[in-house]
Formats: sequence, structure tokens, C-alpha cells
Amino acid sequence: MSEPVGNIFQWLIFLGMAFISLVASLLLVTRKNPIHSALFLVLNFLCVAVIYLLLYSQFIAIIQVVVYAGAIAMLIVFVIMLLDLESEVRSRLKIVYSKVIGGFLAVLFLFGILYSVVAKSPTGKMGSYVPEKVNANVKAVGEALFTQYLLPFEIISILIVVAIIGAVILSKKRT
Amino acid sequence: MWVVPSIPPALFLILSAILFTIGVIGALTRRNAIVVFMCIELMLNAVNLTFITLSRFLQSLDGVLFAFFVMAVAAAEAAVGLAIFVMIYRSRETINVDEINILKW
Repeated sequence: MSEPVGNIFQWLIFLGMAFISLVASLLLVTRKNPIHSALFLVLNFLCVAVIYLLLYSQFIAIIQVVVYAGAIAMLIVFVIMLLDLESEVRSRLKIVYSKVIGGFLAVLFLFGILYSVVAKSPTGKMGSYVPEKVNANVKAVGEALFTQYLLPFEIISILIVVAIIGAVILSKKRT
Repeated sequence: MWVVPSIPPALFLILSAILFTIGVIGALTRRNAIVVFMCIELMLNAVNLTFITLSRFLQSLDGVLFAFFVMAVAAAEAAVGLAIFVMIYRSRETINVDEINILKW
């Protein structure tokens, strides 16, 4: 049983969000002012969060908004304001060659990914988790996180403590 | 009755591939270290989108948890990386990546 009206809205939301996120990421790469880049990064994160909602994973969408668009982007904006950057000057000829080669390799890489995506449908062992049927995504994620993935969770918490200590020690004034 | 098909997984994967490539191009061509860092965050985000898409279409919860761990690592990386940028700016007055070459020999 399909829902034609729901599908139309899903297509509209997906196409709109994909378009906005692509435009935002292109502007991120091309703007000269790093503050503008940071704001387009936030826009891109929010669009991807909406796409996560389309994929029935509400938990990751909320975490995306809170952690990425909230914490990381705010940290980046603070550091940009702290550093008082001069605007990027136009690069010399030597750098332009490396840019052309880098862009060419990246586009080649894109074609590789596109071929591997389009040529075959994703194969793999199907699991038992059906996102459309589950109306408590956060509960399912929490259960898996604290039973099957308990050890990686603890290791991640240690990693974050190490990162906090490292950031404090690095940004401390030398006495 | 004309039936609208649901969105195929390939479109999500193509979107994620294009976002990743834009991130790669930015990381290779920009000179400001903070913009390079933002492009790396964009690439991590695109990889997360691939994880979530495959998790939804292979009906498994593992991709969601991997995306969660990737986000935690990205947060740790942001804290340490930005602290390093502040330190470099304090000692060298610039964060252009082609002027920071003290590790080059």
C-alpha cells in the first residue's frame, strides 16, 4: 500500500533540500569571507538534517542540529572572530596549477563514486530494523547504544575528555 | 491512476557524493585553514548521509550508530583543531596553509 500524496511531498522536500544544500556548499567553497562560509556551512547542516528526517532517523537529525549546526559551527564562528583574519589574497601562478590538478582529481573521484552508486543497487545483509514501522527511533538507538555498542560508546567518551583536555592545554598561554 | 514512486536510495547517495566532492575541492583549493577545516566537516557530513541512507534502505540500525560516532569524533576534532589554529595564529600571525610550512623539510 503506497501513499501517493505523501510521496509527492517527500519528493518536493528532498529536491528542495538537496538543491539548497548543494548551493550552500558551493557558496561555502567559493566565498572569500570565512564568516560567510561558516554561515553557509550551518545552512548546509540544517538542510541535511531535514534529509535525515526524510530517512526516518529523527535522532540523528536532532543531533545534527544540536551538535553540528549548534556547537561546532558556533565554535568555528568564535575562532574566526577571535583571529581577525585578513581576506584571502589572490594566489600566485604556482598555486593555480595545484588547484586545477586537485579539482580534476576530485571530479574524477566524483565519477568513480557515481559509477559505483548507479551501477548496482546496494547489497548487504538486510537487518530486522524497519524504520517506517518504528515510531520510537530514539528509543531504538538508545537501546542499541547501551547494549550492543557499549564499549565504543565508552571509548568515545574517553576520546572527548582527551579532546577537551588537549584543547585547554593547547590554548593556554605559555608562562 | 498515476502513482508517484518513493525516492530511490541512489538519489541520496548521489547527493552525498556531490557534497563530498565539493568538500574535497574546497579542502584542496582554499588557503585559509579554517575554511579547509569547514570543508572537512562538510565531507564528514556527506559520509554521515551515506551511512544513514544505507542504514534506512538495508533496514539496519548500525549505520545510525556509526553516524553518531562520526559526529562525536568530529566534535573532538573541532575542539582540538581550532585550538591548534589559535596557537598557530598566536605564534605566526597567519593561518594560510601555504605559509605554515614548519613541518616541511
